[in-house]
Amino acid sequence: MEILMSILAGTLFAAGVYLILQKQLLKIVLGTALLSHGAHLFILTMGKLNRGAPPILEKGIKIYTDPLPQALILTSIVISFGVTSFLLVLAYRTYQSNKTDMMDQLRGTDDE
Amino acid sequence: MMSNLVFLPIFIPLFFGVLLVFFNKKRKFTITTSFFVVLLSLGISIFLTYYVFTDGPLVLETGGWSAPYGIVLVADQLSVIMILAVNIIAAAAAIFALTSVTEKMIHHYFYPLFFLLIAGVSGAFLTGDLFNLFVFFEVLLMASYGLIIIGGSKHQFRESVKYILLNLFSSILFVTTVAFLYSVVGTVNMAQLGERVAEVEQQGILTGIAILLFIVFATKGALFPLYFWLPKSYIVPSPIVSALFGALLTKVGVYSMLRVFTLIFSHKLELTHTFFIWVATLTMIIGVIGALSTSNVKLIIAYNIMPAIGFMLLGIGTFSAESIAGTIYYLVHDMAIKAALFFLVGLLAWHAGTSNLQKMGGYIKTAPLMGWMFFIASLVLAGIPPFSGFIGKYLLLRGAMDEGHYIAAGVGLLSSLLILFSVIRIFIGAFWGELKEDPQQKVKSSGLTASAILLAISIVLGVGAEWFYPYIQAAADSLIDPQIYIDFVLKE
Repeated sequence: MEILMSILAGTLFAAGVYLILQKQLLKIVLGTALLSHGAHLFILTMGKLNRGAPPILEKGIKIYTDPLPQALILTSIVISFGVTSFLLVLAYRTYQSNKTDMMDQLRGTDDE
Repeated sequence: MMSNLVFLPIFIPLFFGVLLVFFNKKRKFTITTSFFVVLLSLGISIFLTYYVFTDGPLVLETGGWSAPYGIVLVADQLSVIMILAVNIIAAAAAIFALTSVTEKMIHHYFYPLFFLLIAGVSGAFLTGDLFNLFVFFEVLLMASYGLIIIGGSKHQFRESVKYILLNLFSSILFVTTVAFLYSVVGTVNMAQLGERVAEVEQQGILTGIAILLFIVFATKGALFPLYFWLPKSYIVPSPIVSALFGALLTKVGVYSMLRVFTLIFSHKLELTHTFFIWVATLTMIIGVIGALSTSNVKLIIAYNIMPAIGFMLLGIGTFSAESIAGTIYYLVHDMAIKAALFFLVGLLAWHAGTSNLQKMGGYIKTAPLMGWMFFIASLVLAGIPPFSGFIGKYLLLRGAMDEGHYIAAGVGLLSSLLILFSVIRIFIGAFWGELKEDPQQKVKSSGLTASAILLAISIVLGVGAEWFYPYIQAAADSLIDPQIYIDFVLKE
C-alpha cells in the first residue's frame, strides 16, 4: 500500500512539475495545486498506513495509527486551499491588467 | 505563568490585525490603534528580552502538552533579540506609514495585513516546532501576498505573480521535506530532532534532507542561485511595504537557517557548512554586480539585500562562536538599516517623481536633511567604523579568517567596497550637482523621523557595541552548544 501511494504521489509531483514549467499562467496555478496534493499524500504515506487501528498510543497496544501526519495534512490542506484560491484570483487580475497570461510576456524592464 | 508571556508577541498583532479588518473605513481610529499596538508589543518585547536575559529562556507548552508531543513556543536569547528587532522595525514602520499610507491603502486593509505580517514573523522566531515554522511562514507569506498587491498597478500584478509562485513552490518543498524528516526521525519538535539527529550522527539521508531544507530557506532568503525573484518584486509595492519585506522577510529565512543548522544539522560540517561558504561567496558577488548594474535607485537597494544575506550565511558556514555572534549582530543591524534605506529611497523617489537615477540631481538643496541621512545610511550599510555594519562584518570576517576561509573573507571585503560604491553612487547622482528637475513633492517629516530612529539605532549598535556584545555573545554561545536548547525544551 505504501508503495502504491508513493508512486501516486510521485506521479502527482511529476505532473505538477511539468505543469509549472509551462508558459500559461493558469497551467502553472494548476501545477502548484497538483504539487501540493502530491505533498499531502506523501505526508500521509510517511506516517505509515495502518487500517483499522486507533490513533491512540497506550501501553500494550502494538498497532496504532500515527495521528500526527493527519494533523499536519489538515493544516497543510487548509493553507494550500487558501493560497490556491488567492492565486486564481490574482492570475485573473494579472491577465486583465497586463492583457496576457503568458509568462514570457510578463517580463518587464528596469525603468518603470 | 510567566511562560504565557512568550505568546504575547504573536497574539497582540494577530488579535489587533483581525480586529482592524472591521474598521478599514475609519482612518483615524485605525492609525491610533496601530500606534497603540506597536507600542504595546514593543513594551512587551523589551520586557521579554529583559526577562530572558536575567532569568533564562522561557518555554510555553501550548495546551499543556509537554514538549515532544505538543507544540512548543521557545523564547531563548536569539529569539528574543529577533523579536525585539522586529518590534522596533514595526514601530518605525508605523511612523513612516503616516506619510506613505494613503486613504485607499487603508481601505484595502493595509494595517490588518501589516499586523498579520508582524504576527507571522514573530511566530517564526518563537516556534520550537519545525512544522509550526512552516505554518508561521505561511502566515507571513499570506500577509505579504496581500501587501505586495495593494495599489493594484499593472507591474505590481506582474511581479507579485512570480513572487507568489516561487514562494508557494518553496513552501510545498518545505512540507515535503518535513515529511521526509518525520519518516526518518519520527518527530517534528526541533529539540527532539536535534537530539535524535545527534544520536545517529546525521547519516547520509539526513544530510540529504538538510540540503533540501537549505534549498527551502535559501529560496526564502534569496541566496545564489535562487535570488532572481527578489529584486524586482521588492520594488513594485509602496515603499513601506518594500521596507518591511527587505527588513523582515529574507531575515526569517536566515534565522531559520541559523536555527536549523546549529541545533539540528551540525554534525557534518565539512559537507553542509563548507557548501554554505561557497554559496555565501557567490551570493555576495552576484548581489553587488546586480546593485552596480542598474540606475533604478530602488533596485540598487533591493540588490543590496543579497550581499548582506551572503555575509550572514558566511557566519553560519564558518560555525564558530565568534562568527555566529557576528551573524546575529549583522542580522539585527541589517534589519534596521535595510528598513531605513528603503524608507529613504522611497522618500527620494517621491521627492524626485522618478526612481531613475539619471533624471535626478541636486536635491541636497531642496532636501538637505534627507541627503545627509542617506549619506550616513550608506556608510552604515558599507560597514565604515564606528557604525554597526563594521562590528558585524569585523566579527564575521575575523571568524572566517580564523577558520582559514580566506577567499570568502577577501570577497567579503571587496564586496563591502562595491556596496559602498553602489550606494554612494545614489548619493552623488541624486544629491550633488545642479538641480535637474524641480522636486515633485516635499519630503514629509514623519518619513524622515522613522528613518532617523532606525539610523540612530544602527549608530548606537555600532558605537555602543561593548554594551550589546555580551548579549549577542550569550545568544551565540547557546546556539553553538545545542544541548542547552535541547535540555530546557525537553526538561531533562
